[in-house]
Amino acid sequence: MSRTEVPSRTASTTPGTGSRRRAKLGANAALVLVGVCFVVPLLWLVLAAVDPQASYQAKVPETPSLDNFRAVLTPELLFRPLANSFLLSAGTAAVNLLAAVLAAYPLSRYQSRFNKPFLYTVLFGTSLPVTAIMVPVYGLFVQLQLLDSMAATIFFMATTTLPMAIWMTKNFMDSVPLELEEAAWIDGASNLVALRTIVLPLMRQGLGVVLIFVFIQAWGNFFVPFILLLSTGKQPASVSIFSFFGQHGAVAYGQLAAFSILYSVPVLVLYALVSRGMGNSFALSGAMKG
Amino acid sequence: MTVRRVLRLLPVAPSIVLLTVFLLAPVVWSFHASFTNAALSGKGAREPQWVGMDNYVRMAGDDSFPLAAWLTVVFVMASAVLGQSGLGLLIALLMTRSSKAVSSWVGTAVVAAWVLPEIVAAFAAYAYFNRDGTLNQILGGMGIPGADWLYSFPMVAIILANTWRGTAFSMLVYRAALADVPRDVSEAALMDGARGWQRLAFITLPLIRSSIATNLMLITLQTLAVFTLIWVMTAGGPANASTTLPVLAYQEAFKFGDIGYGTAVASVLIVLGMVFGAVYVQLLRDKRA
Repeated sequence: MSRTEVPSRTASTTPGTGSRRRAKLGANAALVLVGVCFVVPLLWLVLAAVDPQASYQAKVPETPSLDNFRAVLTPELLFRPLANSFLLSAGTAAVNLLAAVLAAYPLSRYQSRFNKPFLYTVLFGTSLPVTAIMVPVYGLFVQLQLLDSMAATIFFMATTTLPMAIWMTKNFMDSVPLELEEAAWIDGASNLVALRTIVLPLMRQGLGVVLIFVFIQAWGNFFVPFILLLSTGKQPASVSIFSFFGQHGAVAYGQLAAFSILYSVPVLVLYALVSRGMGNSFALSGAMKG
Repeated sequence: MTVRRVLRLLPVAPSIVLLTVFLLAPVVWSFHASFTNAALSGKGAREPQWVGMDNYVRMAGDDSFPLAAWLTVVFVMASAVLGQSGLGLLIALLMTRSSKAVSSWVGTAVVAAWVLPEIVAAFAAYAYFNRDGTLNQILGGMGIPGADWLYSFPMVAIILANTWRGTAFSMLVYRAALADVPRDVSEAALMDGARGWQRLAFITLPLIRSSIATNLMLITLQTLAVFTLIWVMTAGGPANASTTLPVLAYQEAFKFGDIGYGTAVASVLIVLGMVFGAVYVQLLRDKRA
């Protein structure tokens, strides 16, 4: 890499140092403009949250305070919906991980005529527009009397992310060399023991990515619980924030913003964790590479 | 031997059960219900009748369905293909020549809108495009008269909002793809005197075309399914001016209680998803082969 770079570098710097620098300056300016455009819509969220007299205008509050946060920090408004969100997301992630690891193991370890068709069918499953199947899913849940059931909602949400989880898990598992397991087999370990003691520990980073990926998706999901969970006691924050907005929308802009921020924090932390530890491209390549 | 082979595949069973019960069954049920007059309540809820193609005939004759189909096409083309993919590519290209600090700061800004829970992003966009919102404040500051965006230009508002929300994904995909383009290839073109845009059109873009194709399929599928953003910002209104197919399916089924017609709309959407999904799978297969 460096060897090919050195001569071409010198060749191109001699005539065009100035134009290079200008290009860099132009690129920087254009990017800063784009960045500002992307940040501006979020300004309101931050400013209104600390403004007791917030409206839809983004303005620096005259008397900034944490009153909005104090107002939403009640069990009924915040803690129970957040606990429900956590239950839904953690349950979804757990079901996903378990099913995906079990499915990925034979797919990754044994050659079979079944593997390819299955994997491509699963991939095809990722392309179903989830919002489109919510109407039939609602009908199905009514017939099976599963409406307003937390467990059924968890299994449904897990299924919608399962195709992606299987692909990612299989790709991560493929990168664990088979030789290590064969050594364990010779020592008399069963498949299950080898999976638990050798394969899974070696791919724990990958499993972490899958887990967080699924958790973030479930945490942010609005439409599915909005349709399938009816009683307020079971609704996650994404749904309760929507009804909160509907009921108090005319007055409580600041509280809406404060609630939004508190609800977003866990996802931001998890995302930072994944991208800092492993880099976006790594997490993406697990999902994207065929 | 065959028994052993089947036993080996046993761990796949839980996934197959889940996918069959919660994904395949609803799709089958959707096609079935779209030929009935199933309803949320009343007689149609207790014993739905087979009505043949009635729902589909109504769809073709209705005003709302063709409009929703058209708005969905506009929404996908403008916000996914042009907006997210175009802007994402532009950002990724600019990042290859900008300074590191700038590209990491801008990267974070773009990703922020994407990482936020969708309902929070939708509220932020609602506030931004509101009559009293930030956009009109900025325009006012520059002496340009604002507008009631959500009411007068609902499609523009949701297209811009979805571009804002989703560009990060395309940006990340294209950044990864561009990082794989060997530097000496474009450097060689530079020495041959290839100008910037020629280099882009004839060297860089063809090299990352498979990434572009798979990304376009993925974001098209995601954008086809967008509901929350539109529901919070305009609820499909005013009248039907921003009702895309997912919103229409929801309204018909849950607001008007017409499950039969709602599932018919949903079935069209599912078929659309299947077509794009088939192309996507084919693209990935070709890439691997």
